[in-house]
Amino acid sequence: MKRASFILVLFIGLLLIWAVKDFPEWGDPQSPASSSPVSSHFIAKTGVDTEVPNMVTAVLADYRGFDTMLETVVVFIAGLAVLAILLGGPKRRTRDRDFIVEFEPDLIVTNTVRLIVPVIQIFALYVLAHGHVSPGGGFQGGVAMGASFILIALSWDLKTALSRFSIERCFTVAGLGILIYAGIGLASMFFGGEFLDYAHLAKILPISPEMARYHAMLGVEIGVGFTVTAIMFALYASLSTDGRMRDGL
Amino acid sequence: MFEDGSLFTHLLVDRLNYVIYVVLLMIGLWAMVAKNNLIKKLIGMSIFQTAIILFYVSIGVKEGATIPIYLSEHDPHGESGEVNNAQSSQPERPQVLEASLVAGYNNPLPHVLMLTAIVVGVATLGLALSICLRIYRAYGTVEEDELLLKLESEELRSSSGSRTRRWRPRSKRKAKVPKSFENTRSRKGDGDSLTSDGSQDAKARSRRPSKPKKSKDGEAS
Repeated sequence: MKRASFILVLFIGLLLIWAVKDFPEWGDPQSPASSSPVSSHFIAKTGVDTEVPNMVTAVLADYRGFDTMLETVVVFIAGLAVLAILLGGPKRRTRDRDFIVEFEPDLIVTNTVRLIVPVIQIFALYVLAHGHVSPGGGFQGGVAMGASFILIALSWDLKTALSRFSIERCFTVAGLGILIYAGIGLASMFFGGEFLDYAHLAKILPISPEMARYHAMLGVEIGVGFTVTAIMFALYASLSTDGRMRDGL
Repeated sequence: MFEDGSLFTHLLVDRLNYVIYVVLLMIGLWAMVAKNNLIKKLIGMSIFQTAIILFYVSIGVKEGATIPIYLSEHDPHGESGEVNNAQSSQPERPQVLEASLVAGYNNPLPHVLMLTAIVVGVATLGLALSICLRIYRAYGTVEEDELLLKLESEELRSSSGSRTRRWRPRSKRKAKVPKSFENTRSRKGDGDSLTSDGSQDAKARSRRPSKPKKSKDGEAS
């Protein structure tokens, strides 16, 4: 069995190495991906279309807005599914005690975390809000924000973290994030555009269509940030307690 | 060996990055195919995913280019824009970049695609871990071969005709086997011995629904 799988893996590896022969060199500006008209179009016209300096954010939240919205839904569904899988099914073992961790929160650790967590959260908000002009965006900021709650759970215990951000609130916030995203899309539909065609929001905002796209992207990223923050923490909370939301780490 | 144009130079110098990704991919694939432990399989899946992500990101690289964020002279809100605004009251419209300038920026599309892939990867990993937890709760193991054995014996038992039997945690199942019955059967062939007395077993289960669980050592065997 092991030998068969080793041969299989080796075969696939050799096949891929054989294919590597035909690949462009590292950083070759003439490579098909770099010289394709699609990527050149986005590099050349993002500034004109949206006035967003960060092309990655512009492509993610505007040109590919539909994809990103449904991806946020995927994250939301994954959070729900993890909880459903862990809570559902036949009655669980009676050995609840397995999950009780008896310890006192450490003085040094908790005080350090007390100092660090506000910095992490401010940084997360900065990454989220500054996603247009520097590397960042909703997903990255959301993950950093969720990590700050996980840090609280790790240094005190899960109860302390859940008292600040309960699991019900997690899913409310996650749903709210998707609603913000879809709401901005629907609003642009309402003003005569297509779904997620933010330029039409300029009809109610005192700005040019380009800047409407710019600011709508910020709104969309905030929605994504909400969902990712909440689901990151919900994933941690449900996985570390086997879905019962108490006595975990 | 490393002179110009040889296959080694071609693969290991000019295209070393792809070779590294292939190796990473093989490690991940090996873990997914050959490892017995479900958690190790998941680790393999993550390594596999990382190889793909690295591959895509390396496609976006251009020699001598910068990250796909406009430099301040091309930035609609950057230096040049502000200077122009100060000189003329009419704000300057941003210009479409010329082809020569386009070559100065890395390809943004692989970055966007991989941002998507990373997020979906986190979602799938969380889901897979929760399924592993459920499997562990039900069968007490995440080793694939043990799982298969247990599933087999379960199938044998369910085909023995006891209609009330359904999937339930292993600890519960063990607890409901009557004491006398347990002494007579051999440890290995419990599937066979159970088939003959499935109905008796079911009766005993309904009679004693909450017998204390067996000790851990018994389960471990």
